[in-house]
Amino acid sequence: MTTTQKPVAEGLFTWPPDGSAPLRLIGSECVACALVSFPAAQDCVRCASAESKERLLAERGTLWTYTTQNFRPPSPPYDGPEAFEPYAVGYIELPGELLVEARLTEQDPEKLRIGQEMRLTLVPYTVQDDGTEVVTFAFAPAEEETP
Amino acid sequence: MTEAVIIGVGLHPFGRFPGKPALDMGADAVRLALADAGVNWPQIQGGYIGSYEVANPDAIVARLGLTGVPLRGVFNGCATAGTAVALAARSIETGEHDLAIAIGLDKHPRGAFAADPSVAGIPSWYGQTGLFLTTHFFGMKINRYMHDHGISHETLARVAAKNFGNAARNEKAWRRTPLSVAEILASPVLNHPLRQYMYCGPDEGAAALVLCRADQAHKYTGKPVRIRSTALRSRRLGAFEVQSPSFPVGEIVASPTVDASREAYERAGIGPEDVDVAQLQDTDAGSEVIHMAENGLCKDGEQERLIAEGATEIGGRLPVNTDGGLLGNGEPIGASGLRQIHEIVLQLRGTAKDRQIPGTPRVGYTHLYGAPGVSAVTILST
Repeated sequence: MTTTQKPVAEGLFTWPPDGSAPLRLIGSECVACALVSFPAAQDCVRCASAESKERLLAERGTLWTYTTQNFRPPSPPYDGPEAFEPYAVGYIELPGELLVEARLTEQDPEKLRIGQEMRLTLVPYTVQDDGTEVVTFAFAPAEEETP
Repeated sequence: MTEAVIIGVGLHPFGRFPGKPALDMGADAVRLALADAGVNWPQIQGGYIGSYEVANPDAIVARLGLTGVPLRGVFNGCATAGTAVALAARSIETGEHDLAIAIGLDKHPRGAFAADPSVAGIPSWYGQTGLFLTTHFFGMKINRYMHDHGISHETLARVAAKNFGNAARNEKAWRRTPLSVAEILASPVLNHPLRQYMYCGPDEGAAALVLCRADQAHKYTGKPVRIRSTALRSRRLGAFEVQSPSFPVGEIVASPTVDASREAYERAGIGPEDVDVAQLQDTDAGSEVIHMAENGLCKDGEQERLIAEGATEIGGRLPVNTDGGLLGNGEPIGASGLRQIHEIVLQLRGTAKDRQIPGTPRVGYTHLYGAPGVSAVTILST
């Protein structure tokens, strides 16, 4: 039996996962001033240029800060499972690019520390009624090997 | 240019009032402010009114009197009241009105604010995957701040204990049960490192201020409170702000609080060293700690010692959130900043009763901050 997966949104990260095209976040770079944005944005918030190009972001960075979500967020907009499991979120600094907010695979704040190495991964954060897993991007401690 | 002064303040208690519409709470607050100023509604020449939940707060005229008064609706999230008082003051300063009013009212349902990310110009996935929570920002900002500046968990609990203690002395506050540092540290973590009793909650309430030209104040009161400056600033690129899926690398740019604060001090010709009492946005205990420094009232990291010494308590050398702040009063968004100014006016008049700060305070400071990265500061003096 195979589980069907789909991304939470198109154009957010490279999909489907494929050995020849590794997982990356899809950002953009302003053609005029080179500001990097995520999610990809046509208009630049620095120079107001309306021209940008796609830029795949670094898959590794460092944890700049983090917190935990210990209660179920209001639905809508949250569409995670009714049975709530706490999760952690943080900002990961991708060197020379930007700081990106993401869910973290490690939810124990005692096992997280500011400055630690993190790498991009995907997590199935919810399951639809038909069994389809909805996948979003997340960052995992780099020393922890996840499949 | 004429200066604007506050001659009347009115506050409807903050809390939960089942069955009482927000407009009725607003009308009560207005009547209290009018009575405090010794004026009646038909004398009011113009005003500004803010609310999050009430789409047409200007409908309050049906409760107060259909005089044809220009009453303009305003909104800037948690800084809404800063805009209402700034524009009311401006209407006096420019000579448009001699007597003006600023009103705020709200009636929020229980629980955290829930909205679609599209209201903030953010894609749906951000909300679906559980990232669209302002509380994450507060947890992450104080977590980083504690790491950088040596602030302890105990300090966060002391801030909350102080504000609930102050609220216990305020008959119009919502959370009036004092809580000990130990009780606060034993409450469940909601967003690491912030615990349940370190957060304010959305609730209900209303407040109003009556303003007039300084040169006419003697007709109404012997103790006018001068509006020395108002400032509102939005976030700049590179600031670490609420509801940001990402932000640029490099030197972190100052928060809009810092920008609004500097502008307000400069316009007032008043410095942080002159402030006798401050009301700072304490959405959570960590916010109060950070906002002390962002408003120039101390250096980063000094809060650890200042708060341990009791400097921010009612008897301390820099009392902060003497009426209980947002932690003790909750946050009816449209009214919250006018509640802060109401408290400063009582303190500067010397009529804050059980929570009156000692001495003769001359300068009061109020600060608001909220989504989507906007801050408002008002500086007041005798």
